[in-house]
Amino acid sequence: MEISINAEKNYGDFTMAADIKMAGERIGVFGKSGCGKSTLVGMIAGLINPDRGEIYLDGECLFDGGRRINIPPERRRIAIVFQKPSLFPHLSVRSNLLYGLKRSNPENRTIDFDTLVNALNLERLLDRGVNNLSGGEKQRVSLGRAVLANPRLLLMDEPLSALDDTLKYQIIPYLRSVSEQFGIPYLFISHSLLEMRLMVDQVMVVSDGRIEELTTVERLAMARLGHSPVGYINLIRVSSPRRVDGMFAYRWGEGELFISAGNDEAEACFELSSKDIILCKQHPEAISARNLLACRVESTFVSGNRIGVELACGGDRLVAEVVEPAVRELGIEKGSELFAVVKAVAFRRLG
Amino acid sequence: MLTFSPADYEAIGLSVKVAVTATLFSLPLGFLLSYILTYGTFRGKMFVEVLINLPLTLPPVVIGYILLLLLGRHGWLGGMLEAAGIRIIFTWKAAVIASAVVGFPLLVRSMRICMESIDRQLIHASRTLGAHWYDTLFTIILPLSTRGIIAGSFLMFARSLGEFGATIIVAGNIPGVTQTIPLAIYDYAASPGSESMALTLCVVSLLLSLGVLIFHEVINKKLTRRS
Repeated sequence: MEISINAEKNYGDFTMAADIKMAGERIGVFGKSGCGKSTLVGMIAGLINPDRGEIYLDGECLFDGGRRINIPPERRRIAIVFQKPSLFPHLSVRSNLLYGLKRSNPENRTIDFDTLVNALNLERLLDRGVNNLSGGEKQRVSLGRAVLANPRLLLMDEPLSALDDTLKYQIIPYLRSVSEQFGIPYLFISHSLLEMRLMVDQVMVVSDGRIEELTTVERLAMARLGHSPVGYINLIRVSSPRRVDGMFAYRWGEGELFISAGNDEAEACFELSSKDIILCKQHPEAISARNLLACRVESTFVSGNRIGVELACGGDRLVAEVVEPAVRELGIEKGSELFAVVKAVAFRRLG
Repeated sequence: MLTFSPADYEAIGLSVKVAVTATLFSLPLGFLLSYILTYGTFRGKMFVEVLINLPLTLPPVVIGYILLLLLGRHGWLGGMLEAAGIRIIFTWKAAVIASAVVGFPLLVRSMRICMESIDRQLIHASRTLGAHWYDTLFTIILPLSTRGIIAGSFLMFARSLGEFGATIIVAGNIPGVTQTIPLAIYDYAASPGSESMALTLCVVSLLLSLGVLIFHEVINKKLTRRS
């Protein structure tokens, strides 16, 4: 997908002015609420008319103020998954799912209804009304409805914000897998950096009605380490748990991690804040923390008044944070050999 | 025991006929106008709103007189209709028009309240899923406005049953032709010794109004339960 926007929309005291060209299959739009993300989404989908400018998608002009071109939303083939599921309350789950499919051009229909229903695990809900579904089920139907419209681009406008943490992590795999399975690129809009990291590779940062930068999500997360109250969140994907002394020992890279909050599921993802990692120059003799990991410093970077330390650790990667004096005392620099100390209780399970 | 003269039966029948016709004819126009006023942005929107709501505040007699000027033999519309061989004034059709004009704001008001409560995102979702505006109108907005359409229709029907001031001016009070229940009551009240006849029609009027309102409540409850 290639999208090029140079458009402006004025709302009196707020102006959204977007000027960006980007290409990719999974792109994030990141920014605080009220920064202009939804206006940007509306302009791309054709729901908000820019005051001036141009919008192109895959070389096709969707809007050009100068040439008076404005393709209406129903002909843009851009479907939206909204924050609220926005299901049609007078229709059944099946009719909701078929709404876009029936209106799509038969030439563009590549997605099979049954395959999608199966992928989203909706078989037993098909004949139910939408008012008695749970929040997660509603959002799955909403995603299915958008995908079945056979769009060339999916706009996911904060689709996880209205869900609690447990549901959120149940929906994320669906969001990713469905668009990958059916080959639909997406723009994922969110104010949560963690959601961004789970959903996209590239991200455009929106602030005060401007697109500040286009960067990778990893770079963005590292740059924000010193400005975020939770530091940098390491996403730790582990597998093959076994119970040891009331904890769970998971396979991670070439080694093992001891985690309190585990369970017997074969694969899991945990978050670990850069703040919860202590770095030692030598192997500590006796320490209460259960994870002592031999690491090598890959790089260091400054963020706010803190120093981020990127560590190569048993075939995997960790980011820790320290303050300037610690860097001097421990002589931390690229190539330094260190021990990362992490308590078993510091890992928080996602989902 | 209620006893009715043949003229009473005709008045009751005519009242229902006029109210039903006025409501049915107003429904499509009312729905379209509600849609335009709820979702449209255009110059002169406020003027249209004021014009539609004007019959709510104007004395019905004034409305009747304006209609008479418009539809009379020498009126702007009446002259054209006369040339085409259509006569409106002092026929039951005039009573329908009078009822329609007076009840129309109630119909539009109920529909608009309902349409305004429809989540805009449903409309956006429908459009981005490939529906043209008219497709969205009939597959999303119309079904979600059902409650407002029903409430508005009942209100308008009830208002039409009671219409007096505009009707008497534009349709007259001709027994068997344009005499509806309120006009018949007016006749009885004006002639000595007809008090019981007037009272009988008052009871009919009361029962009709009660019936309409109760029926509306029942339907509304059913719709609430369904949603």
